[in-house]
Amino acid sequence: MPNQKKLIVSHAPFWHNGSRVTDRSRQVLLGAAPAALFGIYQFGAPALRVLALAMASAVLWEFAFTRVARRPASVGDGTAAVIGLLFGMLLPASAAWWVVVTGTFIAIVVGRQIYGGIGANPFNPVAVAVGILLLSWQRQMDFDIALVSFPFDFPALYPLSAVKAFGTQAIRHISMADLLLGRQIGGIGTTFGLGLIVGGAYLMLRGVIRWEISVSFLAGVAVTAFIFNLANPAKYATAGFHLLTGFTLIGAFFLATEDSSSPVNFFPMLIYGAVGGIITVLIRNIGAFPDGVVYAVLVINLIQPLLDKIRPKALGKVA
Amino acid sequence: MLKKPVSGRGKPCLEYARTTGRLDLPVHVPPAGSVTLLHRRPAELNAIPALKVGAAVKTGQRLALYGDAAGYVTVPVTGAIASLAPFEGDFGRRYTAVTITVDPQETFDEQFAAARSEVTLATASAFLAAAPGLPPLQEMGNADRPLKTLVVCGIDDDLLVFTQQHVLSARARDIEKGIHLLKEMAGFEDVVILTPREAVQGYGRIGGRVMGVATTYPHTLPELVMAEVFGRVVPAGRTCGDLGFCFMRAEAVASIGAAFDTGRIPVTKVLTVIAKDGVGRLVETTVGTPIGVVLTHFGIALEEGDRLVLGGPMRGTAAYSPGQPVQPDTDAVMVLDAARAADGSDYPCINCGDCVRVCPARIQVNLLVCYLEAGKYQDAEEAYDLLSCVECGLCSYVCVSKIPILQYITLAKYELTRTRQAEGTNA
Repeated sequence: MPNQKKLIVSHAPFWHNGSRVTDRSRQVLLGAAPAALFGIYQFGAPALRVLALAMASAVLWEFAFTRVARRPASVGDGTAAVIGLLFGMLLPASAAWWVVVTGTFIAIVVGRQIYGGIGANPFNPVAVAVGILLLSWQRQMDFDIALVSFPFDFPALYPLSAVKAFGTQAIRHISMADLLLGRQIGGIGTTFGLGLIVGGAYLMLRGVIRWEISVSFLAGVAVTAFIFNLANPAKYATAGFHLLTGFTLIGAFFLATEDSSSPVNFFPMLIYGAVGGIITVLIRNIGAFPDGVVYAVLVINLIQPLLDKIRPKALGKVA
Repeated sequence: MLKKPVSGRGKPCLEYARTTGRLDLPVHVPPAGSVTLLHRRPAELNAIPALKVGAAVKTGQRLALYGDAAGYVTVPVTGAIASLAPFEGDFGRRYTAVTITVDPQETFDEQFAAARSEVTLATASAFLAAAPGLPPLQEMGNADRPLKTLVVCGIDDDLLVFTQQHVLSARARDIEKGIHLLKEMAGFEDVVILTPREAVQGYGRIGGRVMGVATTYPHTLPELVMAEVFGRVVPAGRTCGDLGFCFMRAEAVASIGAAFDTGRIPVTKVLTVIAKDGVGRLVETTVGTPIGVVLTHFGIALEEGDRLVLGGPMRGTAAYSPGQPVQPDTDAVMVLDAARAADGSDYPCINCGDCVRVCPARIQVNLLVCYLEAGKYQDAEEAYDLLSCVECGLCSYVCVSKIPILQYITLAKYELTRTRQAEGTNA
């Protein structure tokens, strides 16, 4: 039939709900925006410099690697930009350019691309990068040292370092409202608790991140910190303090929930999040580092494949 | 294409089309000049058809081209065989396309009229197995695998389609007779009529227990009906028939009732024609009518790159040309605009877990798909519940990476069956 219109033959289903990876990345960027924008407001142009450099270099590393490895270009899906932004949000505003560029290289190339790119990374790329930087350039990543020249209208003490060194007495001046409204020092995008909560809630409502992970992570932090605080209130800070300082909120909403390295079944998600929260507080209270979120995330990433073995019995499975 | 609501959480809520308030009768579309029937071909490559081109056939005639082995088709018109051509179906199924030119002077074949005084399963399966609705008569009467419960589906298994709902409400008398006959012939102990949950009233008199089914996709699929309505779980890899349940379209039951009542085998099929705007219309047309004729009747034009789907949007199969005929089991024909149709991609799984949450069979789809992409079908079956899949297609529907998951699954199932058959033959 020569003059017949050509039809396309494909397999069912013929409908799709229209979801796209690019949309998900856009949602995450939107969810992270309140905290990131507040960071720029609080720390000024240096923070903008770090965030812009982190995003740009992450995208460039992704582009360069896919070119060299002759993989299909994946910059357009926006995940590299998300990694760049989240990585930048964890850094102090004074971070040197080479710290940022090395960090995004670790995140994009070592953390993700060498495993096969999007969806194949066993660890959260951002946590890998920050974890390595924390071990490599401690002074660059120490918020008390890094932010010493910034003028603040509140005592510029990194709360987690203060409580680790001097006990709860050192953080008496910090109220919950201060922590929620960003009157604390820390990573560019980690100080504004309220912004992170709003962004996280938005992402949970949109179904971009899995609420089970975030909620159980926060619950794990809260319960463990509460028990420590109960045992020794002079040495260990309260649950509320641990929830709102350091990387807890950004970890619960943006790091632990990264798709590729987190489980998808209900109970595994609860265990995964809760274990992350518990390890976070263990590292903070009795471990070697002031903050334990990135290492906690790496540990739960490690147990994720095992956790996802816990799954409901499929329809029609008798044995 | 449907978008997710603003709060993207939860499963997509896809409502089945409903006939409530749609009292309009199906539009009758006559076949234009010729009809085409698809007759299964036996495995031998050079099987010679029993009839030659030019042979005259009558309405209702039983046409078994290759003896009894390959089944038969029922001739829906009076006329002459114009051509016999090979036709390739899905999964390597081979057919002979029998094209018959329509003679306006209709004469009926009287063989069934003579045989129907004997109300037995043998009579029914000798004449009615290719009737509209495709009654699974050949599965009945097997002593090793007795069927105890007849399930009359007054619901459709895909979105936008309301063919069987219409048949159940419009042809209640024929269905009543059909149920009565089937009970007598095949010895069903229980008859259940499935309707949408809100429409259970009004069918009690037909002769079966009326049970409601949830009106959101995919709850009308047999395996899910078994679990949710009857509380019986079909073991993975088995069928509803293995548990003694026989699912039959309402239209198939009506065909049997009408055939024994009038002595003439019904030759028209009711179907929902879904235009590009998603609006469905009921059509009644002679089995074998080319789809193109039905579309032309409604002025639905096909453009380059469109999809022409036999069945609904979630489970249908795409046709290669509008010349393909309406078959006894074609419940719907759907035309989908190129811009609105889903297209797959080779993007990797990002492990978002949407497929896992949407799966009605609780399959770990994100891991299953890894095995299927690698062609590890046996591992997929043993470790990741491949055979539990009910083929609703929701995983592909929600997949962020647009992986053709359902296609992988059906391919895997087909390959497994094929290798098992080869093993049986060769080992």
